[in-house]
Amino acid sequence: MEKKRKSLLTLFLTTLEISAFTFGGGYVIIPLMRRTFVGKLGWIDEGEMLDLTAIAQSAPGPIAVNAAILIGYRTGGIAGAAVSALGAVLPPLVIISIISAFYQAFRSNRYVSLAMTAMSAGVAAVVVDVVIAMAWDILKRKKLLPAVMMAVVFVLVGFLDVSVIAMMIAAAGAGYLSYIHGKRRGI
Amino acid sequence: MIYLSLLWSFMQIGLFSIGGGYAALPLIQHQAIDVNGWLTMQSFSDIMTISQMTPGPIAINAATFVGIQVAGIPGALVATFGCILPSSLIVTALAWVYYRFKGLDAVQSVISGLRPAVVAMIATAALSLISLAFFGSESYSGSVNTANVILFCLAFAVLRIWHPSPMIVMAGTGIAGLIWGII
Repeated sequence: MEKKRKSLLTLFLTTLEISAFTFGGGYVIIPLMRRTFVGKLGWIDEGEMLDLTAIAQSAPGPIAVNAAILIGYRTGGIAGAAVSALGAVLPPLVIISIISAFYQAFRSNRYVSLAMTAMSAGVAAVVVDVVIAMAWDILKRKKLLPAVMMAVVFVLVGFLDVSVIAMMIAAAGAGYLSYIHGKRRGI
Repeated sequence: MIYLSLLWSFMQIGLFSIGGGYAALPLIQHQAIDVNGWLTMQSFSDIMTISQMTPGPIAINAATFVGIQVAGIPGALVATFGCILPSSLIVTALAWVYYRFKGLDAVQSVISGLRPAVVAMIATAALSLISLAFFGSESYSGSVNTANVILFCLAFAVLRIWHPSPMIVMAGTGIAGLIWGII
């Protein structure tokens, strides 16, 4: 019992630490988790970590939180999952709460406003860069259907105001149909 | 009731943002700006900016920010909880399926089928962010902020050529904006 409590505490502190010091989201956090839970603590083996990563990426929602929940569950059951989810969520929750509390006051400051306005150009560039990398990843496979789908969804959502949720459901349906179709043809 | 609508909105964001990180953008924009009017495009862009410079997933950052603005600390807790609730249930179910059937073929191929749609939707969010940066509004009209157009092109070129961390780009554009404004 004593040992279990200790490992829950370790689990909480470890996910808290990883979440608090990781900038850049899911793709950065998973290698860090591997280093800690596979390397330093030795709680999970390499193969299992690969499996957990695949599951975390297959589920919706933030990958970092998903991975924390899975690792918590494998090492400490339901309590472990709860504890590591809390550890993963707490740092952004606290940091953003503090920032939001001062947001109105900060935002009306002349210098903050100058910087934020310029940074809105920076953030737009970051997102465009991500979009181009992702789109290129799809286009370079030289398949017609995904390219057409990308263009059609862009027009529907961007210019004809089709709801993103409806679009996601339709796209998931299309993904499933093409999976069934591929399976039938024995690919 | 405000807590219920926060919970419900962020549950949808958590449930439908598939493919990590930026996939949450169009959903947050849809729920928080278009459907509920909790955010302006300006504050949405601010959250994105803050998210690039603080740790934590974009969706969690947005949940906390929107929750606080709309209903204080309890609002932040409810929105964050809503955001991770669907995924925590699904991730557990998927883990079970994975170990039972030794694979997630169907799920993974559905996700790869979704990917073009996700990219297209993030692209629409990117357009809104560009419009805000260039025109100060979402409507592609009004006077053009020349400084921001130049900064955008510079930042984009730097990102494409050297692939630095987004934080560097944010810091760079912020400092450039300050210097520009003061001079």
